[in-house]
Amino acid sequence: MLLEALTHTWPWYIAGPLIGLFVPLLQLVGDKQLGISGNLRHLCSALLPRRIDFLRYDWRGAGAWNLIFALGTLLGGWIGVHLLGTGEIAISPDTQASLHALGVHDLSGLVPHEIISWEGLLTVRGFVSVVAGGFLVGFGTAYAGGCTSGHAISGLSNFQLRSLFAVLGFFAGGLLATHLLLPLLF
Amino acid sequence: MTSRFPLFGYLLLGAAFGIILTKAEVISWFRIQEMFRFQAFHMFGIIGSAIAVAAIARLLLKRPPAPTLCGEPAPLADEETGRGYRFWLGGGIFGIGWALTGACPGPLFILIGGGVSVMIVAVLSALAGTWTYGYLRSRLPH
Repeated sequence: MLLEALTHTWPWYIAGPLIGLFVPLLQLVGDKQLGISGNLRHLCSALLPRRIDFLRYDWRGAGAWNLIFALGTLLGGWIGVHLLGTGEIAISPDTQASLHALGVHDLSGLVPHEIISWEGLLTVRGFVSVVAGGFLVGFGTAYAGGCTSGHAISGLSNFQLRSLFAVLGFFAGGLLATHLLLPLLF
Repeated sequence: MTSRFPLFGYLLLGAAFGIILTKAEVISWFRIQEMFRFQAFHMFGIIGSAIAVAAIARLLLKRPPAPTLCGEPAPLADEETGRGYRFWLGGGIFGIGWALTGACPGPLFILIGGGVSVMIVAVLSALAGTWTYGYLRSRLPH
């Protein structure tokens, strides 16, 4: 019974509060701030710091815990998909219609295979989505100093005004890309 | 308790975080599209309730800022806020990337674990993006 419930989509009112609990949890166990994008910086610092001030710091001291946390999330993704199973993702009929109109036909799985896949990389829309999209995620989060977990969840729960600006920026950018860029690209 | 927590513990916490984001379908490209089209409450409910729970917990745990002199490294030097351009501009740039890849940094990593191996390319690209920001940092408005 419980196991069966676990394999279905977890509703927002279960998942959201659980995600929120990571903020006090990380604070309690080690005075850490929830935030994933910092790991991109730590990895850059570890791999290719060159003479870049932004990347010259003690990444082990500042980021070892977070890199291990990120490694854990990979493990969690594996467990979530392979042991708990992802069924059909029941997105709203409106979104299904919007995506069909956009030219996305296969709505199964976690990502659209015609775009986000190794074969998809050979198409313009796939390459832009994965390569350019990834670049902008890395550039933008470093510039803004945080991502959804760092600014939206960690920052807004701490009533940080700058996080509110950042989150408004996230949505402005996301809306622009969804409603103007995707129709041009797809 | 502080600073005694083993690094291995963060692996388990990360795993739990990854499972939750996977099972709530936060890592789904389709859910992100649904969110940016305002066609379902799911993602807004998740982000909103996560913020609410975290805010309440923070208020309950309220205590003076932790000293950083002994043991813990000081926060990274990105605390200087400048005139605030970085939040609008950086946030907007990230938002475009979020809609394009259908994933923010957490899901980028989680999707690799979940078998969407092409996201390795997206992470490498994101590393290039972060590096490029570092390289251009002094020339960008903050």
